[in-house]
Amino acid sequence: MASDDIDRSTRLALYRSQIEIRLLEKRAYELFLQNLIKGTSHLSLGQEAVAAGFAVAMRPDDYTYCTYRGHSHTLARGAPMLGVLGELMGRRCGLMGGKGGSMHLTSVAHGVMGSYAIVGAHLPVAAGAAWSAQLRGSGQVSLCFFGDGTCNIGAFHEALNFAAVWKLPVIFVCENNQYMEYTPIRSVTAVEHPAADRAAAYGLERIVVDGNDADAVYRKARESIDKARGGGGPSLIEAMTYRTSGHSRADPAKYRPPGELEEWTKRDPIALYRARLLELGFEESELRAMDSAVQRAVDEATEGAKASPTPPLEVIDKDVWADGGSSWRN
Amino acid sequence: MAELTYREAVAAGIAQEMERDERVVFLGEDVAAAGGVFKTTVGLLEKFGPCRVRDTPISEQAIVGAAMGAAMTGLRPIAEIMFSDFFGVSWDMIANEIAKARYMCAGQLALPLVIRTANGSGSRFGAQHSQSVENWVMAVPGLKVVAPSNPADVKGLLAAAVRDPDPVIFFEHKGLYATKGEVPDGEHVDRLGTAKVLRQGSDVTIVALAAMVPRALQAAQRLEKEGISATVVDLRSLVPLDTKTLLVETKKTGRLYTVEENPRLCGWGAEIASIVAEEAFYDLDGPIVRITTPHVPLPAADELEDNTVPTVERIVETVRRTAG
Ligand SMILES: Cc1ncc(C[n+]2csc(CCOP(=O)(O)OP(=O)(O)O)c2C)c(N)n1
Ligand SMILES: [Mg+2]
Repeated sequence: MASDDIDRSTRLALYRSQIEIRLLEKRAYELFLQNLIKGTSHLSLGQEAVAAGFAVAMRPDDYTYCTYRGHSHTLARGAPMLGVLGELMGRRCGLMGGKGGSMHLTSVAHGVMGSYAIVGAHLPVAAGAAWSAQLRGSGQVSLCFFGDGTCNIGAFHEALNFAAVWKLPVIFVCENNQYMEYTPIRSVTAVEHPAADRAAAYGLERIVVDGNDADAVYRKARESIDKARGGGGPSLIEAMTYRTSGHSRADPAKYRPPGELEEWTKRDPIALYRARLLELGFEESELRAMDSAVQRAVDEATEGAKASPTPPLEVIDKDVWADGGSSWRN
Repeated sequence: MAELTYREAVAAGIAQEMERDERVVFLGEDVAAAGGVFKTTVGLLEKFGPCRVRDTPISEQAIVGAAMGAAMTGLRPIAEIMFSDFFGVSWDMIANEIAKARYMCAGQLALPLVIRTANGSGSRFGAQHSQSVENWVMAVPGLKVVAPSNPADVKGLLAAAVRDPDPVIFFEHKGLYATKGEVPDGEHVDRLGTAKVLRQGSDVTIVALAAMVPRALQAAQRLEKEGISATVVDLRSLVPLDTKTLLVETKKTGRLYTVEENPRLCGWGAEIASIVAEEAFYDLDGPIVRITTPHVPLPAADELEDNTVPTVERIVETVRRTAG
């Protein structure tokens, strides 16, 4: 067995988390094609190692802030598959009873403080949660995930500077999947690394990590989380990765240059991790048992969500205000 | 009772709440060391220290966004946006994030926060520092909207806003900061969503908000001398809206006038006119009349600004001409 810094159970947790995301999102795609998931959905296929690497390093009471591409982060924090699929399908059993949809997954009980669909909006919000943790002395850390394209919006700059000046326990994680929607990030960004190359502007260290290597991500996560928890302030981490699915829905991703997808598929994070585990002496049978268990869980969640009724119409007028209602007059 | 200025009442309201509840924190540009560009927050830094009273960079999205993040994780932040015109640069946070978060997640998140801002005209600052934007905010479901007209209401409604479990947008009127009024001694907490009848008349009902309230009162005094007796209602809150008081006071006189500083189209008075038309039509003795800023950006020069926003003269003249 490996005698390095990551113990056996952590490695299994990293593997399992990635498999859970992969299998659930593949199912989500099928359900989308069957028109059982409406609207839109943004998958993280190929990017699972980022969500897994950070979530496994977090304390249960740490905060996650993510984007519309947030199924992965929500699952990685332990939110139930039934609640995630149910929300995608607009069912009563959804995490938010169908009121939020795919782009707004939230599970406060699991530290998932929201998925935000306006690019960049959640960076200041994550900083605010970190400020609150700092003031309350709770030791909590706020983790904020976003894409490469997000580094070009104003809220990124405001939040980074703000967090750096106030030395907040927040970690900004840029998942550089090479594209902002359909446009290659290089073609619209003045620097090669949209996040890391700007770190110096906020007095932060330049950090680029292999986002397809769950161990590498996990190590950086531990390091930055420990630093933040210890009062050392924020970090900005750029994780290099690639989404092997389209941007959203049925995007055929015709904009990819020939060969690019194939190159990245060779570096598929789950295939890489599986090979590493086997090399480290994990049993093939153990991994296969885990794969099947996760697949069963995904199947069960699918059946559960299909069987769940649609939301009751009464919820339309609920939860605008803390009193549970939506009244604006007396 | 102590006599305070409207601006002193702001600091008094914040201090009262910060003393009572250590979860209350305050952030904004130039608010701590400098005491605010309108000197509304003088002394708070000294009293509560730099952890709870914080100067921020010029980052309106970060100010409002940080307040949101802090509110959903156990604090009760008060964020200051120096001029309400700057809601334009933090509008995503206000309209898309804060207003919708609780609803989208079916009540998992709570956002007990207050955004204070200096609203309105009277300072000759021109079109980007003088707007009345209460109707922008009123149009977005999920935000409570308050705009006091006097020092006692500033303190009492600010305290109520801080204690409220929902996001409250608190419009201070920069033209009123120097005005004085009696403020109750000791703890003073008012109720959101309640209008106040300031003057009872028998011929017409005039509904006004913030700086338009003293103008409506002056107009009522002049109208009295001309034989027109006016009720004046200080609306105080746009969301929730005290439609009960509005309907009762309109039915008593049969004539309704709104005095609005926001520009004409989709101003708050239009919503009130529509409610009254639907629910008290047969009690009306004549058309509902809206007295508003015309649908133009605000000009800067004294004479221009003064004659764009509703004046006492314009209120008197409009009521005289139409009330007969
Ligand atoms: C303010 C804003 N502008 C544009 C969009 C439309 N949009 C949604 S996702 C996206 C691309 C974002 O790219 P990136 O930050 O790299 O994240 P990724 O989708 O690759 O995960 C765009 C332009 C939006 N949602 N919000
Ligand atoms: Mg991207």
